[in-house]
Amino acid sequence: MKFTVPLAIFIVLVIVLAVGLKLDPRYVPSPLIDKPAPEFSLSALDPPETTITKKSLGGRPIVLNVWASWCVACRDEHPVLVELAQKQAVEIIGLNYKDTREDAGAWLVRHGNPYRQTIFDPLGKLGLDLGVYGVPETFVIDAEGIIRHKQVGPLTLQIWREDIEPMLLRLHDATKS
Amino acid sequence: MGGTLWLGCVLTAAAADIPQTFADLLHAARYERLLEELRCLVCQNQSLADSNADLAQDLRNEVYRMVTAGQEEAAIREFLVARYGDFVLYRPPMKPLTGLLWFGPLLLLALVAMIWRQVARGAAAPSAPLEDADRARLQALLGSRPD
Amino acid sequence: MLPELGHFAVALALAVAILQTVLPSLGLAFKRPALLALAGPAARWQFALLVLAFLTLGYGFLVHDFSLIYVANNSNTALPWFYRLSAIWGAHEGSLLLWIVILAGWGYAVSRRVHELPADIGAIVLAVIGFVGVTFLLFMLFTSNPFARAWPAPIDGGDLNPLLQDVGLIVHPPLLYMGYVGFVVPFGFAVAALIKGRLTAAWARWARPWTLAAWTFLTVGIALGSFWAYYELGWGGWWFWDPVENASFMPWLLGTALIHSLAASEKRGVFKNWTVLLAITTFALSLLGTFLVRSGVLTSVHAFATDPARGVFVLGILGTIVGGSLGLYAWRGPRTLAGGSYSTISRETFLLANSLLLCVATMTVLLGTLYPLVLDALGMGKISVGPPYFNRVFVWVMAPLIVLLGLGQSARWKEDSLHRLLIRAALFGGGALVLAAACAVSLAPDSRWRAGAGLLAAFWILGSVLAGIVQRLPSRSIWQTLRGLPLGFYGQALAHAGFAVTLIGVTLTSTQTIDLHTRAALGATLSLGPYEVTFDSIRDLEGSNYRATEGQFTITRDGELVRIVHPQKRFYQVRGVAMTEAGIVPGITRDLYISLGEPLGDGAWSVRMHIKAFVRWLWFGALMMALGGFLAVRDRRVGQPQLAGLEQTNALGRTS
Repeated sequence: MKFTVPLAIFIVLVIVLAVGLKLDPRYVPSPLIDKPAPEFSLSALDPPETTITKKSLGGRPIVLNVWASWCVACRDEHPVLVELAQKQAVEIIGLNYKDTREDAGAWLVRHGNPYRQTIFDPLGKLGLDLGVYGVPETFVIDAEGIIRHKQVGPLTLQIWREDIEPMLLRLHDATKS
Repeated sequence: MGGTLWLGCVLTAAAADIPQTFADLLHAARYERLLEELRCLVCQNQSLADSNADLAQDLRNEVYRMVTAGQEEAAIREFLVARYGDFVLYRPPMKPLTGLLWFGPLLLLALVAMIWRQVARGAAAPSAPLEDADRARLQALLGSRPD
Repeated sequence: MLPELGHFAVALALAVAILQTVLPSLGLAFKRPALLALAGPAARWQFALLVLAFLTLGYGFLVHDFSLIYVANNSNTALPWFYRLSAIWGAHEGSLLLWIVILAGWGYAVSRRVHELPADIGAIVLAVIGFVGVTFLLFMLFTSNPFARAWPAPIDGGDLNPLLQDVGLIVHPPLLYMGYVGFVVPFGFAVAALIKGRLTAAWARWARPWTLAAWTFLTVGIALGSFWAYYELGWGGWWFWDPVENASFMPWLLGTALIHSLAASEKRGVFKNWTVLLAITTFALSLLGTFLVRSGVLTSVHAFATDPARGVFVLGILGTIVGGSLGLYAWRGPRTLAGGSYSTISRETFLLANSLLLCVATMTVLLGTLYPLVLDALGMGKISVGPPYFNRVFVWVMAPLIVLLGLGQSARWKEDSLHRLLIRAALFGGGALVLAAACAVSLAPDSRWRAGAGLLAAFWILGSVLAGIVQRLPSRSIWQTLRGLPLGFYGQALAHAGFAVTLIGVTLTSTQTIDLHTRAALGATLSLGPYEVTFDSIRDLEGSNYRATEGQFTITRDGELVRIVHPQKRFYQVRGVAMTEAGIVPGITRDLYISLGEPLGDGAWSVRMHIKAFVRWLWFGALMMALGGFLAVRDRRVGQPQLAGLEQTNALGRTS
């Protein structure tokens, strides 16, 4: 009996390791999911006089995309956002993270601007409150201002179709009813 | 993705490494202790104290601000956990989910103590096999060799 | 052409490894001694073929054959020749080849000594090594071929990871692999005992020198890795409880347990089931380490770039080899492993307690390493388990171990009186207490208790070692007695003293170190403990494959020059990676450690300076442990029944 104990422990261990193989050890889930998005009041990237607050964005589900002109992976992601903005009636809000107005503005001119509005966060304050750690990141926030989803790393069309679009549809339905 | 994150750890061209100064020695100690026990989210195998990542410097600044504002360690930890989850804590919090982690070693020690008692009982059993008696005699004949 | 030859040699080695496994097995099943005898030559051929493959890969690096994808990814024309050679094991494929070569090397070593063993036992050990070789050769050929080519060949290569461009890293991986791959030999012996259904004291005597040898290599390998981290990573840490460090530390801990358990099994024929289980699990942890490093299930600074297919393959290997052997243990163990008798207080029970506690320590490291993975796999969120956890928990696990180590050090075999042991312990324990208290009083008050406790533990062990030597000194000539003591005795004493020395290093480094992270303006003088450090100058310079910024710092004490150091900040262009080269003034009681941070404008730099108290002691202690292991391997009583007395004990052992 006691001679089989090591084997039993080992089998459990192998099962855990096998499950572990499918996981991404670097991915850090956000504790903010299903929590209200942080309050903020920041100026828009353009025009600078406009102030954007959590309230001014409320009322319908939005996709919040965190980006910066110095972020290499953002460049890979950007065409996807541009395409989505053109084809679909999605509202993408940009959060320009730890950047300068000049660089960010020039970057949008060069690569296209998919954002209905861009929040300018040069000190990364809102980024910190959102728990941003690897730009680009994308949040889905519902009409009540609750964070429903977070994607770390570049968005692809596949991720969009599989994760974010269904989530948005559900949120839209919930808003209508 | 993992690759780009990791690059941030070694590509230190734009890295910040700002030494902080403290008026209060207690604050300095608290700051150091916190940095040692907080995990960087970019360079995930380094503490905030060791990491060269930009984010680490931001978080160090934030911790510095809170420490010098007189905030307690627990409050600062809570602030970071609210944003990044338990992942940022190199010392996992004590809660039901981590019970086995913290008390596992204790359980193992208890198990060893139990095995030990069983062994001791087995040892007390008087019947030594003949072979053993033989060997003892042999040892005696040869004179005890140091081991 | 040469790389194809290397590739072919690997394929041939696989065929030979299959023969090495199958022929002895058939020989055993059909009782054909001739087939058993083929295991030895097969092991030798396999080793020769793999060395050939290894040399062809090395040649590829030497002559910059960038048509080899592996060479192109890990070398560069600007890379100095010695780093080109160590680049062979700089990434996954090549280091896997090194792993397999070393495995075959152990097989070769066993084949050279196989005549000292009963034919069937030797053949089984070689067959087991052959089987492990088969699985890893398949792994290499299917997922990780270092001889893969790309056309057209790139003009220049992607360079070796700068972290690895260091002399310490040339020898660290081979030593580490020599260590934990070497545990395959006791593993083979364990399987042989289970298959044969009998385990004698002679068995333990055969397995012990192999275990000691592997353990010795592993000890040096780990110490070297820790030393490398200390001077290369730039912040003066020497152990991070990183998953990959833990992966090598766990087999070391359990290997230590195995050595102690083997001693009891050899001398007294006791705890056989425990010893066999340890032999299996020690190698299991080596394989687990290989899995953790190469599968990417855990994040680590040291982990290789990974892909999931490799993870599945290594997990398959782990499951087959360890699952198979533990199954064998469950099936055959009960009838193989009975026997032996002992008293509650005796050397053997202390050895058992010691190995049980080492096992707890191993499980604790395993628990901390895998706990985040388990929670994640169960979908219960992500946590981190880092140094604050391990440091805290490990102390409590080690404390009883150290107490028992001191007590049991000189306990007699078979039966001893607790009374006698306690009186002796009171003597050297009292001495240790006085000494530790005296040291603690002279230290800063805030760390006094922790440092005092650590020192007490170290002195307690040193005291017991000394008492053990004194106990053996009879009235006649001391010199004669000391010369007459067997090497194994000195090995044990040295290893235990080494452990104490490491303990002193750990204690004092972690409690008495002075750290300073500060802004240093050019020309400024800063005070660091009793030292004055002046930031003299800064300049740019050009290395063979990097650019560097080098600072010059003059360290003085009471106006007298101590040393001028030149810490560097290097930038390796090809990979775009920055590295820190610290300026270190080594010393017996302290290291001065200065590393350059980042420019802060106006010619000022952020600088980290440390006085690392007694830091060298922890590596020196590890070297003493390794030397102890080496002496024990050299002990002619271990492994070879050449002394008349042992010959007879051996004969008796066989009848049991």
